[in-house]
Amino acid sequence: MSPRRVRAEADAVGRQEGPLRIIVDGEPVDGIAGQTIAGVLLAADRLSWRRQRSGAPRGVFCGIGVCFDCLVTVGEDRDVRSCRRRARDGDVVTTQTRQAEPGQGREAQALRTREPETGP
Amino acid sequence: MTHRHVAVIGAGPAGLAAAEAALSAGARVTLIDSADQPGGQYHRMLPDAYHAARPERLQHGWRAFDRRRRRVLAHPRCTWWPDTSVWALERPDTEEPGVPRVHVLRGPADGGRRRRLTLDADALVLAVGAHDRVLPFPGWELPGVFAAGAAQALAKGERVVVGDHVVVAGTGPFLLPVAASLLEAGSRVLEVLEANTVGTLARGWSRRPWELAAQAGKAGELAEYAALLIRHRVPFRAGRTVVEARGDGRVEEVVTARLHADWSVVPGTERTLAVDAVCATHGFSPQLELPLAAGCALRRTPSGEFVAVDDDQHTSCPGVYAAGEITGVAGAPAARSEGALAGWLAGGGDPAAPSLRPLRRGRDHGRAFAERLATAHPIGEAWPGWLRPETVICRCEEADYASLCRAAGNEASAGTRVTKLETRAGLGPCQGRVCGPTVAELTARLTGRPAERPVEGLPAAGPHLRPIAQPIRLGELAAAPEPSPDNPTPQAG
Ligand SMILES: Cc1cc2nc3c(=O)[nH]c(=O)nc-3n(C[C@H](O)[C@H](O)[C@H](O)COP(=O)(O)OP(=O)(O)OC[C@H]3O[C@@H](n4cnc5c(N)ncnc54)[C@H](O)[C@@H]3O)c2cc1C
Ligand code: FES
Repeated sequence: MSPRRVRAEADAVGRQEGPLRIIVDGEPVDGIAGQTIAGVLLAADRLSWRRQRSGAPRGVFCGIGVCFDCLVTVGEDRDVRSCRRRARDGDVVTTQTRQAEPGQGREAQALRTREPETGP
Repeated sequence: MTHRHVAVIGAGPAGLAAAEAALSAGARVTLIDSADQPGGQYHRMLPDAYHAARPERLQHGWRAFDRRRRRVLAHPRCTWWPDTSVWALERPDTEEPGVPRVHVLRGPADGGRRRRLTLDADALVLAVGAHDRVLPFPGWELPGVFAAGAAQALAKGERVVVGDHVVVAGTGPFLLPVAASLLEAGSRVLEVLEANTVGTLARGWSRRPWELAAQAGKAGELAEYAALLIRHRVPFRAGRTVVEARGDGRVEEVVTARLHADWSVVPGTERTLAVDAVCATHGFSPQLELPLAAGCALRRTPSGEFVAVDDDQHTSCPGVYAAGEITGVAGAPAARSEGALAGWLAGGGDPAAPSLRPLRRGRDHGRAFAERLATAHPIGEAWPGWLRPETVICRCEEADYASLCRAAGNEASAGTRVTKLETRAGLGPCQGRVCGPTVAELTARLTGRPAERPVEGLPAAGPHLRPIAQPIRLGELAAAPEPSPDNPTPQAG
């Protein structure tokens, strides 16, 4: 077992659960209203959902919008920090990769990933 | 009424206190946070949709926070902008010093259809806080290895725990609330590992013990955490840390080892432990993008750079105040004192008001506490000893230690800027927020020279210099900003 939500019945804060379902790469994933997309994915026992250039899997690291390891596409919006975005019922989430497909050069990768590069 | 308009950026303990004080000085306040609720990291709130009956169960000082939150947000002179990210501060003419213009994006995080607004205020209070600093170790990029703050944010803010068999490792008192949150939510915390040795901790914490009395609240909180660890039989070990995480596609085990005072590994003390999550923290990095954009001078300390402020929390930039973790890491009570002081003065309050005396005292105690924290929980010199050539240093670009060593060995490239271009360390999506201080430190060590040498024609490349503080989409950038309805200043271009 891995990440999970504290069960509502056992939760010291006495909370209620409203159902919520998002579609991740075509598959339904259930969460509860108020969760971030990262929270929904983690609680559904998905620890990683993004691939680095080397193919290495990544998920949440900093949890507060600093590391950009948790990026996903939500609807039309690419590069959304899933730890910062509250899930809405019906959100269509697509996972992202920076991994090069065989035969693609660095330029092709850069175009495909379009990740923000705003450095000095 | 002072007729002043104060923009407070960040609604954590520091920003909320600043807003309250500016309001009581008679000013008009715009309180801005990228989160949808106030509270910041310390008073991270549960989502409204959870309808929590007993939110105070997860919080210290909930009642006072809750009262302040309601008072501030309901105040007729306060405009609350949740879900609003400040992505840039634009300095007016350098010839004509003035308060920077605030550029914001309003709407869900990283959304494509956010509103772009600008705001001109008479004074700014920057209270944007900090994030975990995590030193690299082999395997730290594996899923299941988290910054300790992530575990804290998920447990406190969503009731999600990161694992069932967790090791919490690093340095600093923050290890304790993180372990406490995991235990509270039902995880098994196998060990809490403080990398500094008992000797270092004792020297740091026993120096000038009378100062601790002023931090009775903090000490009580720590004692509570310690009691909780004992109750759950969680071993707290000093002088030991996680030196490697291993697993196939996710963390499955960690290697821990005993450390000397300088954090070099004591040979033969390695132990392997099965885990499904690791939480690591080696202190905090202040979020300095906005202070730097405003032109605020920094102050260098042994534990890193912070915004330099005078006795009134005023930065070197006219009309810009700073409070909380960006001026030094001293915890929530100090952040509140600093915020209240900054807000009152930014709002045009009387600098001789007697009510400022306890605030200044709180701030000074906070500063002393910060120094103590830094002495008791330093980062040991010899930590790079646990790196291997293939250890990832920059998570975004997967630049490894070997490539950094190569770049450092090349005379022409031995500066952060060139190292960056050569290894791509710090050029990925996070823009060096995670690896910046590490790359700067390693480069300096490997070359024996400070990393931030100015290159001809360019300013020194500090690890915090990011002209864009928060990601903005090209479409949003192309759209003309609207002036805030709250603030009908004429807009130039
Ligand atoms: C993840 C994490 C969890 C923590 N949990 C605890 C804990 O449980 N107990 C403890 O004692 N200490 C904790 N700390 C330490 C904590 O930082 C301080 O004690 C305290 O919260 C500092 O207060 P602050 O007001 O300076 O900053 P913060 O509380 O960090 O508040 C800063 C606020 O500014 C906002 N902000 C930042 N940048 C922008 C921007 N560009 N635009 C708009 N808004 C912005 C943030 O959303 C945030 O709400 C935690 C730290 C971190 C990083
Ligand atoms: S986990 Fe770091 S940005 Fe989301």
